[in-house]
Amino acid sequence: MRSEPARPSPDHHPAGRRFASHPVVEVRSLVKRYGTKTAVDGLDLVARAGVTAVLGPNGAGKTTTVETCEGYRRPDSGTVRVLGLDPVRQSAELRPRIGVMLQSGGVYSGARADEMLRHVAKLHAHPLDVDELIERLGLGSCGRTGYRRLSGGQQQRLALAMAVVGRPELVFLDEPTAGLDPQARRATWDLVRDLRADGVSVILTTHYMEEAEQLADDVAVIDAGRVIAQGSPEELCRGGAENTLRFTGRPGLDVASLLKALPTDSTAAELTPGSYRVVGKVDPQLLATVTSWCAQHGVMPEKISVERHTLEDVFLELTGKELRS
Amino acid sequence: MTTTTGTSAGTPAGTPTGTYAPRPGAAPLPRMIAAQAALETKMLLRNGEQLLLTVVIPTLLLALFSSVDIVDTGAGKAVDFLTPGILALAVMSTAFTGQAIATGFERRYGVLKRLASSPLPRWGLMTAKTASVLVTEVLQVVLLTVIAFALGWSPHGNPFAVLLLLVLGTAAFSGLGLLMAGTLKAEATLAAANLVFLLLLVGGGVIVPLEKFGSAAQDVLGLLPISALSDGLRDVLQHGAGMPWGDLGILAVWAVVGLAAAGKLFRWE
Repeated sequence: MRSEPARPSPDHHPAGRRFASHPVVEVRSLVKRYGTKTAVDGLDLVARAGVTAVLGPNGAGKTTTVETCEGYRRPDSGTVRVLGLDPVRQSAELRPRIGVMLQSGGVYSGARADEMLRHVAKLHAHPLDVDELIERLGLGSCGRTGYRRLSGGQQQRLALAMAVVGRPELVFLDEPTAGLDPQARRATWDLVRDLRADGVSVILTTHYMEEAEQLADDVAVIDAGRVIAQGSPEELCRGGAENTLRFTGRPGLDVASLLKALPTDSTAAELTPGSYRVVGKVDPQLLATVTSWCAQHGVMPEKISVERHTLEDVFLELTGKELRS
Repeated sequence: MTTTTGTSAGTPAGTPTGTYAPRPGAAPLPRMIAAQAALETKMLLRNGEQLLLTVVIPTLLLALFSSVDIVDTGAGKAVDFLTPGILALAVMSTAFTGQAIATGFERRYGVLKRLASSPLPRWGLMTAKTASVLVTEVLQVVLLTVIAFALGWSPHGNPFAVLLLLVLGTAAFSGLGLLMAGTLKAEATLAAANLVFLLLLVGGGVIVPLEKFGSAAQDVLGLLPISALSDGLRDVLQHGAGMPWGDLGILAVWAVVGLAAAGKLFRWE
């Protein structure tokens, strides 16, 4: 299942800013091997302005793909263009325009938290106000603390700050919230939303479904070094996936009779006594069919619930694997 | 799936719209290199172990061996023999040992990797590292010279020859230090750099004259960069010789080989 990546329309966009339509990242038939292990195996990915989530389990090739875009790795074959540039040969031109957050590290062990951020700011022509950025990311309390003494969450937020301080057009975030507590994760999400609102494009890798659903305009699902599906979270959840309607009632209802009333591609079953499940294309029509069948049979359906498919389900269907290993 | 979205894709209080609006650009190159050199120097001067290596040990050796007659340093004042050797040691401690250890850990902690995607070009980073080494060496030379004068040092010779020796020595040791930092693990670099420091301190004519070793050993030891540097500095500063071409030649070969190998084999992560 492949679909053209959804492009956020201007009205979909809170700040009403018009994004350029050309891709910010264009990866064609990328292959990257480490020794005998093939990390990326003919991967195609087109990311447009907005927030693109690269979603997949550990070892799927997310980091290798992103690091190739950042210019750290040379493709064994295939082409990579970032903002229209070759990340290896046109690195000098590209580097000032992108912001990079590595999965870990990147700071002198002897540096204080604010020192490294101020330093990265000095490497750019028009950096953000460092003090403001420190405040906004809740790093104010650890300004003079040594890097090694910061908590994992503080180190992550510092790395995030280093990625955005140079006012880049495009930011790469490699698992920006891995291991963060919910509050810190929310702070990071807010920053990603702010970036998007201000017209900065973001490519982020994640193995959190919720993160992709919350943040991304476009999701590329990666497994075993390939993109196996791409689209907006809504498209991915809708496409082909079946939804579920559950209700409870009297035990021992005539499921065969209910099934006859339903469209042909649906299934119905009594899972446990008095607990029923209908699987199919769940739309208002189907809901009406179920409730009127209940009315005809003198059943009061309680606890009716409709479950949309989540990206988690989609991933399971696509790969037969759980995302979180 | 239900979640509370809060301020979905909006601008929470306190974040004015447009804060992050892209305005990319690299700072001017000289400013980037100056900032990088300043940071590297600050990191070096803040590190206790580095200071032990670059300041405390050379100072103590100079003061101790000049005032206590432990090692037979030949005719003349001990301080006149020791100061050139200690200056060579200072160059080695900063350009080789200190730089190797610091760079090894920068590589290990992803600092080099992170800087490689910043606007600072790689050669700019290396230029900054060299500048930081030179700044540290100037501080060392000033400190050691003051102490040596206090101990009655009377140097001779051509200051230009001394400068040339120090610069070539720095280049030779930098190449070897970066080669080690860019190819070995950080822990291995730490151990090896300290071991080499110790061995060359003893066997490189720093405080123990090479004449103390057998003639076969002397021939080999004389080719080491530390021996060439201490011998060259001693020829000029103690004996007032002109250009010590032989020693300069040895240092030049080490510099070319070391820097070329480092340039070819250095791994950034």
